[in-house]
Amino acid sequence: MIRDITIGQYYPVNSPIHNMDARVKLIITFLFILTLFFINTFLGYVFVILCMSAVIKTSKVPLKFMLKGIKGILIIILFTAFINVFMTRGEHILFEWGIFTVTIEGILIAIKMCIRIVLLVVGSSILTLTTTPIQLTDGIEYILRPFKKIGVPAHEIAMMMTIALRFIPTLLDETDKIMKAQQARGADFDSGNLFQRAKSLIPILVPLFISSFRRADELAMAMEARCYHGDENRTRMNVMVLKSSDYKAVVILAIYCIALIILRFLAARFSFIW
Amino acid sequence: MSIKINHLTHIYNADTIFEKTALNDVNIEIQKGEFIGLIGHTGSGKSTLIQHLNGTISPTSGEILLDGENIHKDKTKLKEVRQRVGLAFQYPEHQLFEMTVYKDVAFGPTNMKLTEQEIDKRVKEALQTVGLSETVYDKSPFELSGGQKRRVAIAGVLAMNPEILILDEPTAGLDPKGRDEILYAIKQLHKQRGITIILVSHSMEDVAKLADRLIVMEKGHIAMTGTPKEVFARVRELEKIGLAAPQISYVITELKEKGYNLPEDIYTVEEAVKALYTLLKGEE
Repeated sequence: MIRDITIGQYYPVNSPIHNMDARVKLIITFLFILTLFFINTFLGYVFVILCMSAVIKTSKVPLKFMLKGIKGILIIILFTAFINVFMTRGEHILFEWGIFTVTIEGILIAIKMCIRIVLLVVGSSILTLTTTPIQLTDGIEYILRPFKKIGVPAHEIAMMMTIALRFIPTLLDETDKIMKAQQARGADFDSGNLFQRAKSLIPILVPLFISSFRRADELAMAMEARCYHGDENRTRMNVMVLKSSDYKAVVILAIYCIALIILRFLAARFSFIW
Repeated sequence: MSIKINHLTHIYNADTIFEKTALNDVNIEIQKGEFIGLIGHTGSGKSTLIQHLNGTISPTSGEILLDGENIHKDKTKLKEVRQRVGLAFQYPEHQLFEMTVYKDVAFGPTNMKLTEQEIDKRVKEALQTVGLSETVYDKSPFELSGGQKRRVAIAGVLAMNPEILILDEPTAGLDPKGRDEILYAIKQLHKQRGITIILVSHSMEDVAKLADRLIVMEKGHIAMTGTPKEVFARVRELEKIGLAAPQISYVITELKEKGYNLPEDIYTVEEAVKALYTLLKGEE
């Protein structure tokens, strides 16, 4: 069960999306997320979903993996939907009950918000599933570099993220192992009330913290032993170079943005709410 | 209590790109009171196999019978299965979490909801079996040495009074003294309490000395099984799958090639000493 968590998981296949420059992918994902907040019609979302399906198809990552991320935030989605349905004021009231009013506007907004969150998660999953953590953090470091002048520790941020991402699978394995070891000693994690269940986590959390500190200590030592001293005079093994396919991707993104602007303009023009 | 494994197959991450067959149609029978040595190269499926035996992972297909009963038939009984089949994972000291040694060993029996007296009795018995004296009871497990920590962790499993004890490389990363202490404790358990023991090890010397029967795994299936003498006689096959016979048997082979008249089947240092002693005495 614990292996189902897919944050930062990379899916190793060879596809045009995998081969793109990480910096370009990062910027495209960022702009894509921005565009999601710009869309206000269902037609717009249909267009985005079509574009996204094309990208997923090109990436050769099974849809199942893309959608796995949604499972984890299902509660957030349901909560958002709930708040929007009951808290939105509007003209077309369906029914009222105490402080709760359900309006058609509320339902429409709730549906749009849910679509938006799902697209947001799947969009960022495409990035993490097709980019290795190392490429990703290198890309972030590169993008943040101009901000170093105003005191942003670009290299340190990137290094911290690399290490954090690197340790997600390790710590998951560790948790899995400790859980099994405590189960072998009769620990029970699935029954009892909330308080008992929280208490039953202690035998997992204590060893997990201890091993995290131990690993952190060992890693710091290993880095120092290899003369790591931050950003100064550090050269890279893989220098990032933009390829023609990256420029193509940028052009496609531009077309996508223009299409969205036109859609929005048309919707406003004909006061089209769908 | 006997274990029978029928056509056990386990596939990790089935139907994805990460799919890996860890066990492929494994069939084993282990009798009550046996001392089994489980050997195999890294990644041969040993750890996956032993985790099936107490139900911490479920088979993709096949069945595990404990005294003839499938352990996955009734999920509510899994807790009982885990009590009867004690499993000490690799580096078991990483599971320690309590404030004192005593409390940590008591974790298992407490989960079994035993009476306080019974818990006390079992904790003391278990710590005594692994050779830890009363002076450590109130110490924090984190103050102890590596070998002591590991013995505390093993005592934690023992305190549940299992009928079968599975140890996954209990001596990995210990100094020679720590290793001897643990192996001695295991030997005593088998001898005195008649517990069935499955010892996973990379040390051919250890299994040659301790086990009644060896099970050799390779790439998820059983490559060989038999007494240590039978298995180590097939040294060429063992070498092919990344294993070896105990070092002493190579010494004996060399000596035989040099013309010394020694028996073939010598796999422990003790046997070698005895054989050499008789030989040298005879020459005088």
